Amino acid sequence: MIRRLLRWSPLAPATVLLLLFLAGPVGYCGYLAVTDTQLTGQESASFVGLANFRHALADPEFRNAVLLTLVFTVVSALLGQNTLGLALAGLLRRASRPVRTVTGAVVITAWVLPEIVAGFLLYTFFERRGTLNAVLAWLHLPTQDWLFTLPILAVSFANVWRGTAFSMLVYSAALAEIPQEVTESAEVDGAGGLRRLWHITLPMIRRSIGTNLMLNTLQTLSVFGLIWALTRGGPGNRSQTLPVFMYDQAFVKSLIGYGTAVALLLLVVGALFSAVYLRLLREEV
Amino acid sequence: MRSTTPVALFTAAVLAAGALTGCGSGSGADRNTVKVAFIKDTNNRVKVRDDYVALVARQFEKANPGKKVKLIPVQASENDYYTKIQQMMRSPKTAPDLVYEDTFLISSDIRAGLLRPLDPYLKSWDGWRQFEPSAKAAARGQDGRTYGVPDGTDTRGLWFNRTVFAKAGLPADWHPRTWDEVLDAARTIKRKVPGVIPLNVFTGKGAGEAAVMQGFEMLLYGTGPDQLYDPAAKKWVTGTRGFRDSLRFLDTVYREKLGPEVSDALSPNIQTNVAAELLPEQKLAIDLDGSWLGQQWQKTGGTPWPQWARTLGQAPFPTQAGAPPGRVSLAGGWTWSIPARAPQPALAWKLIETFQSKANALEWCTRGAQLAVRKDVAADPRYLTSVPGIGFFTQLVAVSRYRPALPAYPQVAAAIGEATEAVTAGDATPEQAASRYDDTVRSLTGGAVLTKP
Repeated sequence: MIRRLLRWSPLAPATVLLLLFLAGPVGYCGYLAVTDTQLTGQESASFVGLANFRHALADPEFRNAVLLTLVFTVVSALLGQNTLGLALAGLLRRASRPVRTVTGAVVITAWVLPEIVAGFLLYTFFERRGTLNAVLAWLHLPTQDWLFTLPILAVSFANVWRGTAFSMLVYSAALAEIPQEVTESAEVDGAGGLRRLWHITLPMIRRSIGTNLMLNTLQTLSVFGLIWALTRGGPGNRSQTLPVFMYDQAFVKSLIGYGTAVALLLLVVGALFSAVYLRLLREEV
Repeated sequence: MRSTTPVALFTAAVLAAGALTGCGSGSGADRNTVKVAFIKDTNNRVKVRDDYVALVARQFEKANPGKKVKLIPVQASENDYYTKIQQMMRSPKTAPDLVYEDTFLISSDIRAGLLRPLDPYLKSWDGWRQFEPSAKAAARGQDGRTYGVPDGTDTRGLWFNRTVFAKAGLPADWHPRTWDEVLDAARTIKRKVPGVIPLNVFTGKGAGEAAVMQGFEMLLYGTGPDQLYDPAAKKWVTGTRGFRDSLRFLDTVYREKLGPEVSDALSPNIQTNVAAELLPEQKLAIDLDGSWLGQQWQKTGGTPWPQWARTLGQAPFPTQAGAPPGRVSLAGGWTWSIPARAPQPALAWKLIETFQSKANALEWCTRGAQLAVRKDVAADPRYLTSVPGIGFFTQLVAVSRYRPALPAYPQVAAAIGEATEAVTAGDATPEQAASRYDDTVRSLTGGAVLTKP
């Protein structure tokens, strides 16, 4: 027992820090979620049990936010970032060195830009008088106003633009790990590009796909700055994903207690996604 | 063992820092120092308020030998500033002696017990008699006591472009008497001067409180008495004709395409857009906006536009059908208040008197493009010539109404923003949006609302 304590003692400061700065806020968050705490205009907060959660589940605005979050995550993380990242990584392996360098640099620049800067850049791109419409008009194509007509699609595109680099890096590393002999022998057996992709490449990078999907999803679920800069969740509530909804409730409407409860529910959504991915990962081919 | 040393050192440092600062702030109370907390602009180049506060502080120190003023500028956006001062005022260790409070939120802080009533001081202060009655009411709590001395205000009205009006055959001294006359002028402009946006009324969530106050409430307060809150019953009002009519006005503006493109109108950038582009570039004929707009086009402003004083005219916004007093304006502004836990309230009051002496109040109004709340300042020639149009907007102070000074107001305002956004975007009819607003207000107040026809 004492030996164990001694062994743990060098880790004590780290444990204390973790408890203080990680577990502490999470615990406080859980506490706030069961109170009716407001930012202002209230003499004292009181314990309300699970009322905030019941309110959320019955709130059509909350359900709308959940639905939009799912759309945003599936379109931008699963379909967009993930597929595009894999395609880019695959294509870049065959590209010449200059093309690889330039493309890589461009894609990664989008990724390292601070979120709010990316938000404003994309706002000027999608805006009615923005770059995209200037290009479309020059090509004599019909122009768009997606920030207004299809805001959830616009913010999804924005997230794809910003987050693809991450998937590309993950897949570049994964593809480099595939032994040359396997691909070559498949080629000798007469397998074409698509068949090689389906039967060799994808199964061999299966674990990377799982990890990448999970990280993409968790990152996308918590995207706030990008959406806030582009649409503020509007017009109406047509691009109000859960993090934007949570901010709106907690800081615009001053309902800290309710906002915190929504944050915890967001955590549940993330956990559900993770559980699915972990399950997929466990299955052996 | 070696690898953990930095961690241990770091922990020790953190703990020590915590203990030291905890100690430090406790021993800061000094009987001769008065601490003043105020908001500092997030743009470092804007120092109007900082300079003015410093000027008054020096004056105070000179007039009161041995006393010191400690300035606590809080550089933050308005929302973050509110949160910061609310936290400071919670503890006697950190409470400032004097705090700069927005009338938008002051009632919340009164309700939370953070502020001190000033009535004993006001009773024996000559200056208070100079204040406009509406300004005196700005910081009055529900208990009837006064919790702050306003240092200026702002009003709202119509700005119109005389060049565009001439092209459309409309008078240069335009003075609409009803909503319909405003809409008719806009329709005329749409017909005769293509390419110009006839009328801007702020709407939706993007412009935030600007849309609620400059836009919707300018309409609502002209539809009849107590359409938002009934002070006699002390209840928020739902189901009113005025609320629906105001939404219908917005619906007309945006369905008939008399306003900016809906996507622009709902964008968070619309305010800057109007002041920095649409009006100076003569692309907007009529704008329902605030009294401070002129400072943007002064030589020192963000978009210098020398001809603005000749090009733009001002007209009061009319009531719905011309009912007396025939014009509507809302007023906002900030006050100086003393926190309930302030260590030096008496000294803080002396400082308020210095801030609101006639000379200093005049100084602040001319520097900060504020509308005077003191009658003697409002009549001063130096004030009346500080910015063109200031005379017009000062007249409106007399008819100006303050928003309901109630703790729930910020949440009600958010619900109004949502209703206007739904109507403007075409997601709901005025009736649907109004009934959704009613539901929200009912749930906000736990059902304590008054339903009016």
